[in-house]
Amino acid sequence: MIETIAFYFLSAVAIVSALGMVLNVRNTVAGAMSLVVTMIALSGVFVLLQAHLIAALQIMIYAGAIVVLFLFVVMLLNLRTDEFAPSRQPIVKFLGAALAIYVGIQFLGQIELGLPAAVETADDFGNYRMLARTLFTDYVLPFEMASLLLLAAIVGAVILAKRRVS
Amino acid sequence: MPWDVVAKILFMLLVVMAAILPVITWIERKQSAVMQDRIGANRADIGGLTVLGLFHPLADVAKLFAKEDFVPAGANRFMHLLAPVISIVPAIVTLAIVPFGGLYVFGDSHWNLVIADLDWGLLYVFAVGSLATYGAVIAGWASNNNWSLLGSLRASAQMISYEVTMGLSVVGIFMVFGTLKLTDMSFAQDTTFRLLGFIEHFGWVDELPAFLSWIQLPTWGIFLQPLGFIMFLTAIMAENKRPPFDAPEGESEIVSGYHLEYSGMRFGLFYTAEFLEIPVIGMIVTTLFLGGWSIPFVPQETLIAAIGGVFGEGLATGLCMIAHVSVFFVKVIVMIWLQMTIRWTLPRFRYDQVMDLCWKIILPLSLANVFVTGFAILVVRSVV
Repeated sequence: MIETIAFYFLSAVAIVSALGMVLNVRNTVAGAMSLVVTMIALSGVFVLLQAHLIAALQIMIYAGAIVVLFLFVVMLLNLRTDEFAPSRQPIVKFLGAALAIYVGIQFLGQIELGLPAAVETADDFGNYRMLARTLFTDYVLPFEMASLLLLAAIVGAVILAKRRVS
Repeated sequence: MPWDVVAKILFMLLVVMAAILPVITWIERKQSAVMQDRIGANRADIGGLTVLGLFHPLADVAKLFAKEDFVPAGANRFMHLLAPVISIVPAIVTLAIVPFGGLYVFGDSHWNLVIADLDWGLLYVFAVGSLATYGAVIAGWASNNNWSLLGSLRASAQMISYEVTMGLSVVGIFMVFGTLKLTDMSFAQDTTFRLLGFIEHFGWVDELPAFLSWIQLPTWGIFLQPLGFIMFLTAIMAENKRPPFDAPEGESEIVSGYHLEYSGMRFGLFYTAEFLEIPVIGMIVTTLFLGGWSIPFVPQETLIAAIGGVFGEGLATGLCMIAHVSVFFVKVIVMIWLQMTIRWTLPRFRYDQVMDLCWKIILPLSLANVFVTGFAILVVRSVV
């Protein structure tokens, strides 16, 4: 009972703050803060789903690090608010609305009403041990490739940052 | 909510908010005074009674409440009012997973002295701690002041950087204890190991002579991961943004950094958040590296067995529980003293020094620590 109430509450918070992020186009920092609230609410939903590791990572990585870096960039660039104002061209508005309606119809077609029966999960479901075992045995090659890719990106960023403007 | 959880929450909040927090501001003043050969705060009195200046925290709070709560023109009012609250919440909710005592069995009832015994306890600490950045970032941005903005940029860069090293420097601890659960870590530290036992395990001698075999150390994190202890303490103190890591405040450069435009109790909340984190840091470090509630060389079973004959099992368990909780808070107080000593010994690092320390010294060292620890565990597993 408490879990159901918590689920609906967290979902409502997530949806409202996600809307807040999209609608706060003029105030980028407020938009980013709405994104943080969405992340925290989603992490609560993950906890309800017994996915504790994902919940912790959601807050640590997304809410705690990535959005802070977004804010960092927003503050450093010191953007004028009107640069993010919605476009005034009618054709852009029309195309945007058409795309939204199309995606919305496609999405509504996918929704099944009524909840599926709860699935019995293993004892170590969502546990960091299980994830680590899978990641470092079955998927060790993709894991290493991803880390190599990130390393290449970091080296590239350092080279770009170090380049002297003469 | 079961009554025992409520009782544990009340106990923790009472000890930290009502006992440690007011005294810690007094300690800050008195310890600095002692270290600098001054007398320190001693004037606040009630009816002529000064009690070593212990009424100063009361006077501070009264002053802060009486001051004007000022919001600068052009500030984002909502965010400006919200920022101090964001900065204090992480420190309070971290208290939920700190095991301030072990597991005690009284007949049928089990007393597990931790509010929330999470399997992913340490990840919770990092997750919650990473949210503390927002308090500083939002405060600086919402104040509409360039000094504040500079302060919050410094704060966010410093806190993000040290989060990385803070996580990496305790990987060795996960590896040694094989868990992220803080209660399990405390139990694992409630034993001892022979310092020279490895000589026997490698087969260099068949059996150590008694006088060497006698040298024992508790299996505390600080003895198993000495480098990890130093790096973690540095990183977590840098997270707290107190001197010597207070570049985000930097009075001589950017006036007062991110909380420049705050007055009254809203400034007081930033101040409280910093001071509240001192015991919280003490608790985390104690749990990870100083054996938590365990009494060195006297494991729980030994203690209960020793005094059980005199007092009977139930009373002995109760006394053991009281002893463990007291030992835990004594260790926390030692850690508070250590942080205060560091704070009043070292001058503020320059901003580039703070960053160099993080990325060029602690990060490579903590990676090396992970490799060395892994290698050592591999060797130990192969011979034992």
